[in-house]
Amino acid sequence: MLEPSPKQDFESGSSPAEPSGGEPLTLEQALANLSHPDLSLRYYAAWWLGKFATGEPAVVDALIAALDDEADRTELGGYPLRRNAARALGKLADLRAVPALLRCLECSDFYVQEAAAQSLGMLGDPACIPSLMKLLEGGVAASQLIPGRPHLAKPSEAAIEALEALKATEAIGLIKPFLEHPIQRVQHAAARAMYVLTQEPVYGRRLLEALAASDLKMRRSVLLDLGASGYLPAAEAISQAAVENSFKMIALKGLLENQLKQRSPISLSPEAQRVMTLMDTLL
Amino acid sequence: MTKSAGALELIQSVEQADSPSRLVAAVRALAEARLEAGIPTLITVLGYNNPEAAVAAVEGLVHLGDVSVAPLLEQIDDYNYGARAYSFRALAAIADPRALDVLLSAAEADFAPSVRRAAAKGLGNLRWFQLPAEQRQLAQERALKTLLLLSNDPEWAIRYAAIVGLQGLAASEPAANPDLVEQILARFAQIAQTDTDLAVRGRVWMAQEQLNAINTQLSAHSY
Repeated sequence: MLEPSPKQDFESGSSPAEPSGGEPLTLEQALANLSHPDLSLRYYAAWWLGKFATGEPAVVDALIAALDDEADRTELGGYPLRRNAARALGKLADLRAVPALLRCLECSDFYVQEAAAQSLGMLGDPACIPSLMKLLEGGVAASQLIPGRPHLAKPSEAAIEALEALKATEAIGLIKPFLEHPIQRVQHAAARAMYVLTQEPVYGRRLLEALAASDLKMRRSVLLDLGASGYLPAAEAISQAAVENSFKMIALKGLLENQLKQRSPISLSPEAQRVMTLMDTLL
Repeated sequence: MTKSAGALELIQSVEQADSPSRLVAAVRALAEARLEAGIPTLITVLGYNNPEAAVAAVEGLVHLGDVSVAPLLEQIDDYNYGARAYSFRALAAIADPRALDVLLSAAEADFAPSVRRAAAKGLGNLRWFQLPAEQRQLAQERALKTLLLLSNDPEWAIRYAAIVGLQGLAASEPAANPDLVEQILARFAQIAQTDTDLAVRGRVWMAQEQLNAINTQLSAHSY
């Protein structure tokens, strides 16, 4: 029984963001290492900056430059440094990264596209919405598994999540067909986004049904989707799910914070109290 | 069938269960029989990595109550944090203050968050009146000290659990220990102002409201 890590550890397909065997760095060292002759040190530095830097302009500039790196390539033509740079920029809250990240949506490397889409969702600039919507064009048919690769033709899941984060109601029509995508993770991302964007209970119920799935790994991820969706009727089902309590706490935290923010100024509602009473039983 | 023969059969059903669902059924039967002889087996089940069975075992141990406490304290599994977390949940629910030392060190030093959360909640809920009067205040102060420490933990869920524990402590004997209550309320006021996690602030607001309600009731009854 594992203590849970954040959700991104359970998504299939993307290469791990945290490289092994890294040394502790200072900010200056990490910045310098982004142009180190040793490519593995560059890759680690980009990851390190995403985790530990706090948006210093020099860091953001260097990571933006790394999005054009040509030196670090995989055998299949991927751009590992660009991937880590794109991931890091999503965490540093600097909108200057947006134009470069938008260009990354057209990179030949699926994982660069995916990281860029996720980061654009985190950065929150609505100007990205049309480009993200473009990734969903062609619907499910254009989003099939590529033979010989562990990923789809397009990063549909990441695009859907980013559009959800951007509250892009104009994307509802494009997202809806993905409810029928052959891959369950994509279906669930679509259901969650549809609930957030439409507030229609049918999409919350769709996720609740998925929660009853037999696979533990899938249950964990649906639980976290429900927590992030704000679908309050899921609270009791979350607390009773056959999943480790630590995940249930995280999911209910999502519902709780969503409830607390609904009043302005922020204050305690009966619904928020109900969620906390459930969380207390899980301690 | 004599009582001891019944216990043996129930215990063997648990030990010989050859599927998860049979295990759960056997544990439920043993738990519902409320037999002291079943306690060691119920405790062993906590480490079987079967949450349904573990929850049934915890219920059985809690229903048996005080007689489960010494075996639980003796059989704490240092190598299995899942088993440990369930043990502390049982101890917390039974609320016997003999568990204080073990809960204190688990809350502060266990590496597993689930164990620390269960211990923090348990520290707020012990039946202090079961201690001799002269030991009570010191025991509560030790619980307070640990819970205050936990209310500063980097992990939000630990801070959340600490608030639940502190609320329980404040509610336990408000009239008897006003200084304790005052310290807790002061800490709550700080958390409400400074905690970075909205969920933690929310839990403190709820604690403040609920403690306020108790104080109001007490004032109303003091006439």
